[in-house]
Amino acid sequence: MSQRKIRVLIAKPGLDGHDQGAKVVVRALMDAGFEVIYTGLRQTPEQVAAAARDEDVDVIGLSSLAGSHLPFCKRLAGLIRENKLADKTWLVGGNIPAHDHDALKALGVHGIFATGAKFTDIAAFIRERVKP
Amino acid sequence: MTKQQKPIRPVLNESGIAIKPLYTEEDVAASGGYAMLGKPGEFPYTRGIHPLMYRERPWTMRQYAGFGNPVDTNKRFKFLVENGQTGLNVAFDLPTQIGLDSDDPLAEGEVGRVGMAIDSLRDFEIAFDGIDLDRITVSLTINGAAAILIAMYLAMAEKRGYDLKRLRGTAQNDILKEFIGRGTWIYPVRPSIKLVADTIEYCAQHAPKYSPVSICGYHIRESGANPVQEMAYAFCIGKAYIRECVARGLSVDDFANRLSFNFNVFGNIFEQVCKFRAGRSLWAKVVKEAGAKDPESMVMRMIAGGGGGGLTQEQPEINIVRGAYYALISALSGAQTMALCCFDEAYTIPTEYAQRISLRTMQLLIEEMGLCETVDPLGGSFYVETMTNQMRTKMDEIMAEIEAQGGIVDLVAQGIVQSRVSQQAYDMQKAIEEGRFPKLGVNRYRMDEEEKKVEFHPYREEDAALQRKSLDRVRAERDQAAAAKALARLEADAKANRNVMPAIMEAVKAYATVGEMTRCMVGVFGRYQEPIRF
Repeated sequence: MSQRKIRVLIAKPGLDGHDQGAKVVVRALMDAGFEVIYTGLRQTPEQVAAAARDEDVDVIGLSSLAGSHLPFCKRLAGLIRENKLADKTWLVGGNIPAHDHDALKALGVHGIFATGAKFTDIAAFIRERVKP
Repeated sequence: MTKQQKPIRPVLNESGIAIKPLYTEEDVAASGGYAMLGKPGEFPYTRGIHPLMYRERPWTMRQYAGFGNPVDTNKRFKFLVENGQTGLNVAFDLPTQIGLDSDDPLAEGEVGRVGMAIDSLRDFEIAFDGIDLDRITVSLTINGAAAILIAMYLAMAEKRGYDLKRLRGTAQNDILKEFIGRGTWIYPVRPSIKLVADTIEYCAQHAPKYSPVSICGYHIRESGANPVQEMAYAFCIGKAYIRECVARGLSVDDFANRLSFNFNVFGNIFEQVCKFRAGRSLWAKVVKEAGAKDPESMVMRMIAGGGGGGLTQEQPEINIVRGAYYALISALSGAQTMALCCFDEAYTIPTEYAQRISLRTMQLLIEEMGLCETVDPLGGSFYVETMTNQMRTKMDEIMAEIEAQGGIVDLVAQGIVQSRVSQQAYDMQKAIEEGRFPKLGVNRYRMDEEEKKVEFHPYREEDAALQRKSLDRVRAERDQAAAAKALARLEADAKANRNVMPAIMEAVKAYATVGEMTRCMVGVFGRYQEPIRF
């Protein structure tokens, strides 16, 4: 019997239009054997939480390159609690300066994969945390 | 005994063309000879669009700048001008770029972050206060909301007494590439193209020196296209705008001379230079075939110098050197305008310090390094002429392929181009991760480094709050009846499929806001739904 594939949501938070990184990660995770749901651009925190809940994903991944990751993640953190999604692995990637990492982790982000992170590291991190 | 020759490792450039270890006259001849070379300033413009190029006037230096509110940005503009910058290249925040006011709930946390926040004409009056618009030409990096922001620029200039018939300036306003990369679209594809044509038509009639569109291969390349695709896709997009304008009765010569381009420069130095030399002659041919008679319509004017995709977060100082090579490439390629990426751009929006380094980089080339003395200095090199010919052939083939597949507009509307370039971006990223494509600091000469050397441009929530306050004041103090009347006219004109620019001009002058005008047009045109395709 085939195992259930790990389900990953990749979302583009806020108004940032730089989606090359998100799309590249989607392809990499698909190639690595994950089931990936990509939201497209301009997602609100509410939309991301709803997609995570409705799609029953194991991983919530955000790709942010225009600097608004902190205010967005603050709002999403509340919605993650409200929607009982705290057991999901929460990842943030993109242009995420090192001085914001602690603040993101305090909000509940499990893994930060800034520009330059390797596909293999992202996939390994997910497999380590999520057991299907 | 003859010496055993070692086999030579084959090398392809990013465009997929084999690079030989040595080029001779025979290679030039085999690739098409000098048939498309011509003289600078003459069709087909391979060697440059002016006879004397930089000998007559160096390129315009136009660094991308803007953040916070118009007061903050006005200060940065003045800093750049004082440091010798000869043009301005305006960055807008994301809410402005997608047509939201600063107090829109969706704008939370984004006001003034990646560019300046603009809500009404009042903000333009503040941002450009004290800037001589005759001496400093202004480029607006705006696309989805371009019709509104162009109108604001024209209205602001008119209010300050400039003659629109003589006013120069540029707007990016290339919506088709926003669907491929960058993503600041608002309306569906067809009405978006209609709006581009509205601005072209309006400017041709009222502001004939203004360049309403700068067609961007740049972002398509950033999204994963290779250099020949970058040019071919941009030319297909340019053709699509030309068709739209001709379909409504304009003659190509009425507007084609005001179309310009924005291209990327990272990668192999020679490949980039050949790309531009080849591109100029191909665009000249495309416009001629579209029915142009005036040679001025056939010139490919361009801004270059940016290459964000080439910069790295690792060892950021190396980006200063990369930037210097980007400037060199742009100068060897005959760019009309340069906007160099700053070394800190892989992290943050540039600080004054980083901006000044970029400016000095260009000034060095002009004043110390002898880049302005001779036109097309690489012209005549066997390598450069052969590669120019080969790249032109390849671009031509890609354009024909896109036409055969239904044209760029349909391919973009269906998400096919997006899917293709993102597949290539993925392949390239894998090549970098596996070390097959060299990237210093990333897969070569890595160092253990703390993120310490880059000073961050601060984001100040207070500036966003000030902007919202200023917006409240504009809404309270304006002539409400005039604003409402203008917005009603805008809606009516949009419904009747008339050119909406006159109505937008009226609304802008009545201090209607970016958000109000955008909502009005979304009500008529609808919103773009992104096709997701992998």
